[in-house]
Amino acid sequence: MGRIEDKLHHLKRKGEKALIFYLTAGDPGLEETLEIIRCLDMSGVDILEIGVPFSDPTADGPVIQAASQRALKKNATLSNILDLVGKVRLFSEIPIVLFGYFNPIFIYGCEKFARRAKEAGVDGVLVVDLPFEESHELKRHTDALGIDFIALIAPTTSDERIRNISAHAGGFLYYISITGVTGTSKPQPDDVRKEVSRIKKITALPVVVGFGITTPQEAAQIAVWADGIVVGSAFVKLIEENSGKADMIAKAASFAKDFDKAIG
Amino acid sequence: MKKSLPDNQGHFGDFGGRYAAETLMPALIELEAAYNGVKKDKAFQKDFQYYLKQYAGRETPLYFAARLTEKLGGAKIYLKREDLSHTGSHKINNTLGQALLAQRMGKKKVIAETGAGQHGVATATAAALFGMECHVFMGEEDIVRQAPNVFRMKILGTEVIPVSSGTATLKDAMNEAMRQWVARVRDTFYVIGTTAGPHPYPMMVRNFQSIIGKETKKQILKAEGRLPDVIIACIGGGSNAMGIFYPFVHDVMVKMIGVEAAGKGISTGLHASSISSGKIGVLHGNKTYLLQDENGQVHDAYSIAAGLDYPGVGPEHSYFHASGRAEYVNVTDEEAIEAFLTLSRFEGIIPAMESAHAVAYTMKLAPKLDKNQIIIINLSGRGDKDAQVITEIMERSR
Repeated sequence: MGRIEDKLHHLKRKGEKALIFYLTAGDPGLEETLEIIRCLDMSGVDILEIGVPFSDPTADGPVIQAASQRALKKNATLSNILDLVGKVRLFSEIPIVLFGYFNPIFIYGCEKFARRAKEAGVDGVLVVDLPFEESHELKRHTDALGIDFIALIAPTTSDERIRNISAHAGGFLYYISITGVTGTSKPQPDDVRKEVSRIKKITALPVVVGFGITTPQEAAQIAVWADGIVVGSAFVKLIEENSGKADMIAKAASFAKDFDKAIG
Repeated sequence: MKKSLPDNQGHFGDFGGRYAAETLMPALIELEAAYNGVKKDKAFQKDFQYYLKQYAGRETPLYFAARLTEKLGGAKIYLKREDLSHTGSHKINNTLGQALLAQRMGKKKVIAETGAGQHGVATATAAALFGMECHVFMGEEDIVRQAPNVFRMKILGTEVIPVSSGTATLKDAMNEAMRQWVARVRDTFYVIGTTAGPHPYPMMVRNFQSIIGKETKKQILKAEGRLPDVIIACIGGGSNAMGIFYPFVHDVMVKMIGVEAAGKGISTGLHASSISSGKIGVLHGNKTYLLQDENGQVHDAYSIAAGLDYPGVGPEHSYFHASGRAEYVNVTDEEAIEAFLTLSRFEGIIPAMESAHAVAYTMKLAPKLDKNQIIIINLSGRGDKDAQVITEIMERSR
């Protein structure tokens, strides 16, 4: 059993929900990212999504766009990010998902990427612009090494597509709770409830919900229906606002703990 | 009969495809189904032909450029006069097609990206014609250098939304249009202006633009009794080039040349020659040649011609390059400016800065060919929008 499945099973047995945090690797710098990860690991975060910055993040809102630009200036290449994951594995077994766009992986080489990701200790990959129709090129290599290929489901995804996506996906399904790019509007708990139950009728995979969750209260409302929630832009923004300050890590810790408490 | 491309997932050999976020996938599949539905629908095609003829002014002439031919002293040069189309470029062919399709699909709002503003104006025009709400995304840099087109869009009732990310040019405008489409996908139709983007756009835009090549074929057969030796067109994303090339794809004796922008020179890194000096990658929903660094981060393109200032290229051009069916060359800003002035002064036709790139390569090639050979240039647009920039350059160099 991989780290992701293991963690989700474990939480389910305890009746708890997964708290998933997204951060852009290299913002404000790669060394700081390592410290932030260390802090999140000790503050109740169950799964990490490490964002691999891309020059043209068409599925992201202004907060993550800006973080990606800053990270690229700090040399947050795919290769350096894989090294970073290796360093995390020296102190933590927290499940790690790399989250990004296809081009940096394609240029790196799909086979080489899968091999190095496995060596570094990556558990899953989520490639925003790689729908299952185009996923074979990468997935045959990640599948061979037991890296979960995590897929997105949108409010616009039909039942038939959910069936196809689930058949190709591993780890968990990531339900995009708004029709929009990351961090640009608030999910409606009632819509999320209906949609998550629609997805769960079709697949047995765990369903986590993200895009636009900004407060512990929202997280708590949504966590009732889902197997986990993802906090992304709101956390990236917190880092942006506290970058360079002495208490950045302390703020990150208390931010994560508030979410952990809220979702139970 | 050769197998037609793309395949049913939008692949042209190793290129193209549909690399899009899940929120957009259902919309792209819906669009593909709707487009496939109208392709053979007689009523739709009749409507489309009606607007092309009575509204856009087709067919456009194929004009023998006698003085330019004489000056260059080689092959006979013909100009396919897309500059005479309504709104001043070939872009209207595609926007009329897509707007009619949007109407069929019951979408009342359209969005578009634009570089030079020609596609923006053509979309704003079609939106006004069919009573649709229209938003156009345009880089701040382009808003400054293509100001006349911004005025036109506003007059037509379109909202022009400035994009300040990246280099504030076409790539960034397209990023922002895709983000907005994600947010409004249920009621909004995204009118892409070139033969790029996720499937079905490269195929659909090609088919709407192929009217250019179909007319050209008929016209040159009438004028010369034979097909041309060479067809030359400028390439940004590649819609005017694909429009004129495509109907000649199986006429293997016709050489097709796409002219990319070399900007300040390939060696300076300030250019937009994706095929000549890019590597294969994935951007804006398709796999194609891209200007990018060794880590897969996309470079900003540069060209004096805003409409060529794009780091990618339509996937079918990448396929033509890989298969050798078309040749891709490049010319610098300086060469394009010289061609701009030459065509203006020898033929009384002010070309768009983009189209001037095709003229510039013709000026290199024509003298090397025999007098009985024929070159056709796709003169994709007119240059009124560039008058200010060129005037400033002329005054500086005085």
